[in-house]
Amino acid sequence: MVKAQAILELSDIHTYYGNIHALKGVSCSISKGEIACLIGANGAGKSTTLMTIFGVQPATQGEILFKGKPIQKLRPEKVAALGVSQTPEGRQIFPRMSTFENLEMGAFLRKDKTEVQQDLDWVFSLFPRLKDRMKQLGGTLSGGEQQMLAIGRALMSRPELLLLDEPSLGLAPKLVEKIFETILEINKSGVTIFLVEQNAHMALTISGTGYVMETGRIVLSDRASALLENEQVQKAYLGE
Amino acid sequence: MDLSSFILQQIINAIFLGSIYALIALGYTMVYGIIELINFAHGELFTAGAFIGVIVLTALQQIGWVETHFVLTMIIVFSMAMAYVAVLGVAVEHVAYKPLRTSSRLSALLSALGMSIFLSNGMMLSQGVSDRPYPQVFGVEGIEFMGARISNGQIFIMLLAVALMVSLQLFVHRTRLGKAMRATAQNKVMARILGIDIDQTIRITFMIGPALGAAAGVMVGLHYGAVRFDMGFLFMIKAFAAAILGGIGSIPGAMLGGLIIGGIEVMWAAFLPSAWKDVTTFTVLILVLYLKPSGLLGKGSAEVRV
Amino acid sequence: MIQQELKKLVVNAIFLAILLIPMLGFKSTSFDPGRAFKTIGVFLAILVLNIIVKVIRSRKKEVDQTPKKPWVESITERVDRYPKIYTIGGLLAVAAVFPLFADNYMIDVGITCLIYVCLGLGLNIVVGLCGLLDLGYIAFYAVGAYTYSLLNLTFGLSFWSALPIGIVLGMMAGCIIGYPTLKMRGDYLAIVTLGFGEIVRLVLNNWDSLTAGPNGLFGMKRPALYYPSFGEDGLAWATYYLKSLPSLYYFILIIAILTIIGVRRLDNSRIGRAWIAIREDEVAAELSGVPTTWIKLLAYALGAAFASVAGAFFAAKLSYTNPNFFLFMESCIVLCIVVLGGVGSIPGIVIAAFVLIAAPEVFRGLENYRMLAFGGIMTTMMILKPEGLIPATRRRRELHEDIATKPKD
Repeated sequence: MVKAQAILELSDIHTYYGNIHALKGVSCSISKGEIACLIGANGAGKSTTLMTIFGVQPATQGEILFKGKPIQKLRPEKVAALGVSQTPEGRQIFPRMSTFENLEMGAFLRKDKTEVQQDLDWVFSLFPRLKDRMKQLGGTLSGGEQQMLAIGRALMSRPELLLLDEPSLGLAPKLVEKIFETILEINKSGVTIFLVEQNAHMALTISGTGYVMETGRIVLSDRASALLENEQVQKAYLGE
Repeated sequence: MDLSSFILQQIINAIFLGSIYALIALGYTMVYGIIELINFAHGELFTAGAFIGVIVLTALQQIGWVETHFVLTMIIVFSMAMAYVAVLGVAVEHVAYKPLRTSSRLSALLSALGMSIFLSNGMMLSQGVSDRPYPQVFGVEGIEFMGARISNGQIFIMLLAVALMVSLQLFVHRTRLGKAMRATAQNKVMARILGIDIDQTIRITFMIGPALGAAAGVMVGLHYGAVRFDMGFLFMIKAFAAAILGGIGSIPGAMLGGLIIGGIEVMWAAFLPSAWKDVTTFTVLILVLYLKPSGLLGKGSAEVRV
Repeated sequence: MIQQELKKLVVNAIFLAILLIPMLGFKSTSFDPGRAFKTIGVFLAILVLNIIVKVIRSRKKEVDQTPKKPWVESITERVDRYPKIYTIGGLLAVAAVFPLFADNYMIDVGITCLIYVCLGLGLNIVVGLCGLLDLGYIAFYAVGAYTYSLLNLTFGLSFWSALPIGIVLGMMAGCIIGYPTLKMRGDYLAIVTLGFGEIVRLVLNNWDSLTAGPNGLFGMKRPALYYPSFGEDGLAWATYYLKSLPSLYYFILIIAILTIIGVRRLDNSRIGRAWIAIREDEVAAELSGVPTTWIKLLAYALGAAFASVAGAFFAAKLSYTNPNFFLFMESCIVLCIVVLGGVGSIPGIVIAAFVLIAAPEVFRGLENYRMLAFGGIMTTMMILKPEGLIPATRRRRELHEDIATKPKD
């Protein structure tokens, strides 16, 4: 398999929640421009992986390279400044800030006003519903709208790498389809995407590379299309 | 004075006292909103502002500026008090609260308490135990209407208080840093993920909140004519009651709470034996905490709204 | 790396120095160069101290990763090796003969220390065992004092008759104050108790007809011992009033010892364990069948009971009481004793009471700096070692939640 240049590499990452050994030697590599996904059961450690990448739950061991530079010791603010963005689990919308302000916060680190406006227009073109809700407080939006807002907010920093944590959670199937279509579109514009999902089918369908995680370890890694055909994966995660 | 003008007078006094309480309460609510800690030292920061005020004012008075350059004097006095206390506030945060951010609430509370004792006694040592009089800046002249009067001093102070509160609202809703403060108060982790520097945001909160308290301190000194090293305690409790009443963490709540507490105190003192007015305030505080801890403008328990 | 550490130290020192500025004070009349030099001197001293501490710490870190034991604990461990009879017996012996060698002033200090030992142990029940931050504890002290004073002056009740009433009233006050706080979280609980403490004081201050307000009550009789004596009319009870300082000293010593014994037994009882369970995790305790409501109220009530006893003695000894004895600051002092001594640790609190109360008397010149030191000590203790000098082991674990466990390689 010929891989393009790796934008994110994890090597033997260990993370602890107090006494609990959440990640036990996780390694993976994501190429620039692709969509990679991490699937697994609840509590396997998928969200922890994203939190570790961002430094919110710092790794106690191992190395994380972003564009070749180690970031495992960086604070989250610094990671964000490098061009990584995240839509965390539960969306984490600022409930008492308007849709517009939430998006503004996404562009917090940027100084180029005109470009920010361009990105704002782009986000509204991806999610027209957000434009209608522009002045509404984030906490009053529906689940689907909050998900769109969360993704839009993450895009406002013009990231090179976008981490998505369970974008389909709690959403109706039609909405899930729409979200995943949008994810494809975002990827086409050049953003590398690392997707953590419980909905294995949708995730593997749009991804290039797939990783399967169980109790803090990566147990399978392959091209997503191959994983879709994989018997074990089918039994465990695809319900067949 | 007939009843209606008496009541009007009390209302004026209530709004006046309420605005001062509101300014102090804002300091509490902002700090609590962002790090969920009751800044016990806030009363001392308020007092420190009052002391700086009297020191600067006395100096300016000696060179005659109070008469000749009144507005400039006021600007200097307030700015210096607020600036000094802003720095002091950041120092308190850095020394007493920051190291305990990940520790239990009990530790942080005790540290805050220790800071409060430390600062108030520090001021006692340097400024003495007795009242320190404020130079008379405002005369007794004022405006009369409908049988009630507002003195020039009260007008000035109320206008300034309103100006400060409006500025705060603008800052918090229109500026980048202000929005960062709100975001941090609502969801710290998410704010960090977006690149907001939490430490800096907290520091700014500890500059603005105490600075407002300092302004209130100068106002109290100007109006009541004196400052004492321990006057912070009572104001602190009342302002805290105001912040809780309005909904801790909510800026409009602190303003509303301040007015209500001011109103209660003035009305009580007007019609009932005034020696007990402080007991009333304490009782109100306890009742609020018991019956509706989320306050008037609050929605959940201890939710943070900035 | 060293540069970064140095920068941090300088910043820390600057902030510490800033905190000292309110103390140094500026008079607007003249600018005193001596003051300025003093300020700079203090700043440099702090900086140097910080550097020294940091260097010592980093050296130790390289050697040994396990959490260090506080040095006082190693002392107590060594002490524990000797049979308790010797250590406790020794202490008791010293306490017993102390008045023979001391002058009246020192005995008086000793009495005050013992009173604060009782207060500290009582507050320990509420804060240390049960985890309820009570900032108005001094109110119960006041209840005890005023109950005795009023009963003695109005009805002529003796100390012994008034004492049970005082205890009962104190416990009732404890329940009244405790009841609204049952569902409150730490911060709010603290404020509410503070409020109650102040309300009690203000009521005592303002209710002139009952309590003589700010003038206080005076003329109470001292506690008395009764002994049978044979007089002309046969067997009769004679009263011996404890008026001399040494006699009062022994009296409070016995009270303090009883308090220690009482608290010790509570500590080890089912109630004590229930308190600790609530302190550690209230929800879990509730689910395990602990009747949290009752147990918490019991903590307040028992803590208040100890304070009332101390208060009654205080009023009786001084033969005078006044609302100004029960300021919020006093609550803070008692709290500081509990914190310094180690929340939940009996020997620690006893030592802390003596240290905090006696030390300012010993170093007379520092009298003014007493409260300043208390404040500084509380903050510093929290930052450096939130468990106090002699920690109760559980406390140490709870307060160090931030230490991430390293994997065992």
